Amino acid sequence: MAQKMTLQVNGRAHTITVDDPDMPLLYALRDDLGLNNPRFGCGLGQCGACTVHVDGAPVRSCSLPVSAVAKAKITTLNGLGDRKKPHPLQTAWIEEQVNQCGYCINGWLMEGAALLARNPKPTEPEVRAAFNDLICRCGTHNAAVRAVLRASKQA
Amino acid sequence: MSDHQPSRRAFLSASGALMIGLASPDAWAQAARPSPKSPNNPDLLADSLDAYLAIDKNGKVDVFYGAIDGGQGLETSIAQMVAEELDVPLSAIRMVMGDTRRTLNMGGASGAQGVSRRGTSLMKAAAQARQILVEEAARKWRVQPGELAVKDGVIFLRSNPSKRVAYGKIIGGKPFRENVRWNGQWGNPHDIATDAPLKSYKDYKLIGQSPRRIDLPKKVFGEQDFPGDVRLPGMLHARMVRPPVAGAVPVSVDEASIRHIKGARIVHIKDLLAVVAPKEWDAVRALRAVQVKWSQSDPAFPSHREVHAHIRKAKVTQRTIERENGKLEDGLAKAARVISGEYEYPTHSHASMGPGCAVADVRVDGATIYTSTQKPHYAADGVADLLNMPRDKVHVVWMFGTGSYGRNDQGDATADAAVLSKALGAPVRVQWMREESLGWDPKGTASVNFCKAGIDETGEVIAYELISRGFSRENVSTNEGRASATLAGQLLGAKLEPKNSFNIPFASYTFANNRVGWETIAPLMDRASPLRSTHLRDPYGPPILFGSECFMDEIAVAVAMDPVDFRLRYLTHPRDKDAVRIAAEKAGWTKRTSPRPDVDRTSDVVEGRGIAYRRHFDTFIALVAEVRVNRRSGVVEATRLVCAHDVGLIINPETLRHVIERQLVYGTGRTTVEELTWDRNMVTSLDWSSYPVLHMQHVPARIDVHLIERPEAAPSGAAEMALGLVPAAMGNAVFDATGVRLRKIPFTPDYVKSMLAI
Repeated sequence: MAQKMTLQVNGRAHTITVDDPDMPLLYALRDDLGLNNPRFGCGLGQCGACTVHVDGAPVRSCSLPVSAVAKAKITTLNGLGDRKKPHPLQTAWIEEQVNQCGYCINGWLMEGAALLARNPKPTEPEVRAAFNDLICRCGTHNAAVRAVLRASKQA
Repeated sequence: MSDHQPSRRAFLSASGALMIGLASPDAWAQAARPSPKSPNNPDLLADSLDAYLAIDKNGKVDVFYGAIDGGQGLETSIAQMVAEELDVPLSAIRMVMGDTRRTLNMGGASGAQGVSRRGTSLMKAAAQARQILVEEAARKWRVQPGELAVKDGVIFLRSNPSKRVAYGKIIGGKPFRENVRWNGQWGNPHDIATDAPLKSYKDYKLIGQSPRRIDLPKKVFGEQDFPGDVRLPGMLHARMVRPPVAGAVPVSVDEASIRHIKGARIVHIKDLLAVVAPKEWDAVRALRAVQVKWSQSDPAFPSHREVHAHIRKAKVTQRTIERENGKLEDGLAKAARVISGEYEYPTHSHASMGPGCAVADVRVDGATIYTSTQKPHYAADGVADLLNMPRDKVHVVWMFGTGSYGRNDQGDATADAAVLSKALGAPVRVQWMREESLGWDPKGTASVNFCKAGIDETGEVIAYELISRGFSRENVSTNEGRASATLAGQLLGAKLEPKNSFNIPFASYTFANNRVGWETIAPLMDRASPLRSTHLRDPYGPPILFGSECFMDEIAVAVAMDPVDFRLRYLTHPRDKDAVRIAAEKAGWTKRTSPRPDVDRTSDVVEGRGIAYRRHFDTFIALVAEVRVNRRSGVVEATRLVCAHDVGLIINPETLRHVIERQLVYGTGRTTVEELTWDRNMVTSLDWSSYPVLHMQHVPARIDVHLIERPEAAPSGAAEMALGLVPAAMGNAVFDATGVRLRKIPFTPDYVKSMLAI
């Protein structure tokens, strides 16, 4: 039944009580920890709105059981960077004025940051390929590509 | 409660003497004489300047924008407009958006009129505020107002700039108590007039500049709360339980089926069914576990594949001819040749990125609602209607949220939350699921366009007919201002109020013997239908322009004219013609007929170009699409889009470019992949596979936006007008590439292959 577990999120340890080990990580982050960055978009891993980094890799937190990340390092959008210490991609995102509504932003920034971490100078086709699984209903796709290329030039 | 009529006398008695008389009432305001008290908050008076802006001691300006920013940058653009007329820095503006306690009902988001209607109203209020403050300073300094100037919210004497006073010092925190002339209307038509002169566009300093968007840093750093992020003490998480078959209602619910889930409960009121729990995941588990006996229902829907055949044969409930000149039948009789074409447009879901989500806290003496619906004042009215509460007891707090491009599911989720909170006596957060959002949001509905033209021996078009037939665009209202317009209201038995609502985009093509109109048919299901129609972004653009602008190319082919030349010959408005000319020029359009003469029929991959034009309000747009068609795979891609866009005065060029680029991407998805599917019983597009949307690999990588500068013309709208051209421009380009005319949206590989094989 209920068990305690500790999540490492944005450099801090949080202990939560979990009734259902199959509960997706998204609900632990939002409901137990009160973190608003990852958002519910589909619950199916199809859109990316819930994306966080688990040990540096982007994952869809809506489809990952919380029990699978007990020892992992989790980073949300706010943990990626803030106004004092922005991630270069966040800076580029503002310079390119990428978003409209911003509901999808966790997926794009977390995927983009992961891409830059493994490939600091991606080509435009590589950026487009990295973003192909994400959904944005405002149509900000090209602006997101421009932002990654801008960040990569400044790195 | 303040019952006083605001008057300049009251304001000035607080600060000194009386200099300026009350604005003379005009016949416009006299005739209507409706109460200026906002139905959502009687302390707000529509004929009071104080309902539009307030200036605090530090010179910060609260702007009361009775509408919203759906993510397209209106917060910044409206702030620029107000700052311009008030002569304050942009950083002095604080936009107050959509809050029903603090703003008047200016219609919410509707028809991309944020700038053209609501922004220009607020500019008039700003100009009046500036005038009052300057006159007040002039009176104190015993000089003429003309001797003063304003910079950055500081009034100074031109001849001695060290003599200065800040706005905040004069008015800081006090009301103006000044009248504006209100036109007696709420919602979209709301407007005001004042006697203060507006600046000439030649003197603009902020308008026409591109300051960065105010809202973006909060979003980029994960600081922006949306309605789903509101957490209230004792709040319960709810999931609505929807029937597997449209029209079925819950007969009985097995309470034991969710008993194993901690704190989970069932709420069953008439035909409305939900599960709630203190923890969100437990509400999801309860939704999955709950056992419901549903009533028998057989909606017998014609499927999405059969819906156009249904539209063709269904009884017409209303026929309206919108524009007619000459006699169509005479023109057709005289014609040497008559050509005709039919074009089918599918049903689309709003398919918003975030499914409907709202938080309601309903108490005995009033309700507070947190929502991102695009029409918050109407949402308050609808909740008041649902809960039987006075309208001013419902406070809707509008928040940024998922992009709202039409009446998506946010308003229905808002109504759900209100009903559940009242029933449970606790704050309730309702989150719709993905399958619910696609399955049960109000839809942008299907239509068939019937086009006909008569051509005489000389190649002159002497008859033209366009009739668009389909479901009304308002099976439910375009706002949730009545219980009957919401799923919750319908499930609780509210009397339906459908309308026959349709429209044909205006165009300045002038043909002898012309008839343009529409026909509506009955909805497939009346109550709580997953296919109920309402406004989806550019509700009459893509569905009708796909037919009318593709057919223009068919006529051009019939008379062997270049499609650009053909349009320039029959369009009569100079701004229309400019848009067409400039789009063609920027695209490097070479004059010739379609299909291209050098089409290589042996090649798998062929390319073509097409153009489409429209006018919407006073926005004039032409779009050139270049496409690549893979004849083997059937994949159609837009490789380049070139848009010439005339919106009149441009407030923020960079934001305008972005808004156009992004809607062209969205429009490409509506053209090539999006289609709602359903069977006899229910919607079957229930996730992002079965309701496919555009992914990066098919996004047009080259989008060139050319803004036509007309600063002397009033600003029109831009948030949805260009997207309506994508289907026709791409359809015309596919014809140019292949010689095959596509007659149905979306251009899926299967459909394209089937057409190419004919």
